[in-house]
Order: sequence, then C-alpha cells, then structure tokens
Amino acid sequence: MQFLTDRKRAVGKGSSGSGTEHFWGQAISALGLLALMPLFALTFGHALGMSYDEAIAYYQRPFPAIIAAMTIVTAMVHFRHGIQVVIEDYSRGVTKKVLVVVCTAISYTIIATALYGLGRIAF
Amino acid sequence: MVQFKLPKNSTVRVGKTWPKPEGASNVRKFQIYRWNPDDGENPRVDSYFVNMDECGPMILDALIKIKNEIDPTLTFRRSCREGICGSCAMNIDGINTLACIYGMDEIKGDVKIYPLPHMPVVKDLIPDLTHFYAQHASIMPWLETKTNRPAKEWKQSIEDRKKLDGLYECVMCASCSTSCPSYWWNGDRYLGPAALLHAYRWLIDSRDEATGERLDNLEDPFKLYRCHTIMNCAKTCPKGLNPAKAIASIKKMMVERHL
Repeated sequence: MQFLTDRKRAVGKGSSGSGTEHFWGQAISALGLLALMPLFALTFGHALGMSYDEAIAYYQRPFPAIIAAMTIVTAMVHFRHGIQVVIEDYSRGVTKKVLVVVCTAISYTIIATALYGLGRIAF
Repeated sequence: MVQFKLPKNSTVRVGKTWPKPEGASNVRKFQIYRWNPDDGENPRVDSYFVNMDECGPMILDALIKIKNEIDPTLTFRRSCREGICGSCAMNIDGINTLACIYGMDEIKGDVKIYPLPHMPVVKDLIPDLTHFYAQHASIMPWLETKTNRPAKEWKQSIEDRKKLDGLYECVMCASCSTSCPSYWWNGDRYLGPAALLHAYRWLIDSRDEATGERLDNLEDPFKLYRCHTIMNCAKTCPKGLNPAKAIASIKKMMVERHL
C-alpha cells in the first residue's frame, strides 16, 4: 500500500517533454504516403508481369527506383510511429519496452534491406 | 492497459425484482446496477417498476421516485436537477449523460442504468472521481498572471471572450472522459477529454500569462497524445461541447511551437 496523495498520483513523474515530434512525424509521413502510394502502385503495377531482366532494367531507371525507396522508407517510419502507440496502449512494463525495441528494429531492418536491394539493382 | 474481461468480483449478476405498483396501468421497467461495498457480494442488476402516470419526465425523476417510494437504499448523486452541477452523470441506455436532463421518452423499452464506465465504484451509481478531479487540478484550472494585478480588472476584448464559448460551459460531469477508450486503458497517465478541454480553456484565455508553462506541462506522449480522435467525448457530452476539437487545438498549438 502506498500513501500517495491524489495529486501525486495524477502528476506521476511529470511531463516527459516529448510527444509532439512523434505526433508531427506520424502526420507528415501519413501525408507523404498519401502522395507516394498511388505512384508506387503505378510503378510497381507496371513492373508486374515483366520478365526478370525487364524488371531489373525498369528499376534501374531513376523514377521507379526513387519512388520505391521513398515509399518503403516513409511507410516504415509511419509504421514505427503507429505501432509504438498501439504497443503503448495494449501492453505494460518490460513487454512494452521489448515490443517497442523489436518493432523499431524490424522497421529499420526492412528499410536497410530494401535500400540495399534497390541499390544493387540500380548500380 | 486494455482489459477485455471484468475481474471475478466485478461480474454483474441478476438481482432482485421489486414488485410492480398496484393498480398502475402505465408502468415502466428500470434495470439498475447495484453494488454495496459492505456486503462483500458481486454487483447485481435490480429491476424496478415505476408508475409513469405519477412520475416526472426525466430519468432523475424516476430514480428519486424509486428511492423515495420503493427502495431507499438505492444510492446516486444529484443536486441541481437542471444540468448545471454535473452530479448525476451516469450511463443510461448505453450513453453517458446527466440523468436530470435525459428524458425517458428518448429511450425505447426498459431503462438500463449503470454508473459511469471503467471507474471504481463507491456504491451503486456513484463512481469514484478522485483521480479525475486530481487530474483536473493538475492542469492549473485558474488564471495565472505574472504582471502586477491591474487596479480594476484584467481586461478582455469581446472577440477574445468569444474564444471561451464552448469551453467554459463544461460542468465536469466526467461523461466524456469515462466514454473514452483511451482514458479507460490509460487513465492513470492520460488526462482525458474533460481535463484537456479545461486546459485549452486556459491556454486560449487572452488574460492568462502561463501559456508556455501550460504547454510544457502537456508535452507528453500520454498526458495529451493518447487522444486518438475516437470522438466518443463529443458524441456523449450532455452539454453539447466538443472536447476532441479542444484537444486537436492543443496539438496544433504544440506543433506551432515546434515549427
């Protein structure tokens, strides 16, 4: 049992001094995806059905490659921001911390892997 | 954190069915949540029958009639009976609202009355709002000034005063906060719609000189940013206010401070 006052419980550890950057980052990445997703669907859709060599040649062109890179980076940044909020809502304690670290690592790994793949195709 | 099941000692059981009033032709059934902390039993839902020919039009009228004439142990808060004090907030027919201004003609079938959701219950329809009030106090719901007090009064233009409309009317009934899933899951850290609406009321008050400190106090992923714009608060507010809009305005002020 803790003899804490109601005010002490309500204030807790005080304000963390962050949160707006997370909120703004998620809003900006959402807007970015709004523009990028149709372009990505167009370029990726265009490449569907191509032979391996044709697809490699297509993604060696700057426009499809840059659109793909920007879409994956923006989507993963958005995912990282969003999933962190979901984890914070639905879990507590060590589980929460571990899940945030794992999801952050997954999103950056996907970014790195995608950029490496696109780089290899382009160069 | 999210809880999908009630603890065993909170599972609601079927309670007592009270007798119908004799000779009454216009009778309505009320199913009311009951819980007494002293008897050590689970909550139950009692059924009451009220003669509507001898009852006022509001839910609170029926509750008072039940308490006066059927079951004096039924416990609930009430005071002003006209939607100003916010005491009689409860969950009526699935909606958090004030019993004194919610008409019985707005409900079809049996009237189901529960305490405000996801709050500790003191007894029957009375929730424990201690934490809710402490959170309200933490946002400094008063005018903060640094300048020496003027000889007569702090002046405010008509335009600046208008900015407080839709905010100052809040009666702190807690209907909004207790309808918010984010507040249910993270009420220990998230301030909730009511406290944030009041925070915004003081943030945009032209006379207040603590805007920066107030924003600093809210700069937190939980205190402010747990609002996911679910909008239950605006939908349920018995005074017709829009806490979600106030919260969005605070977020806008936060972003403007960064850019």
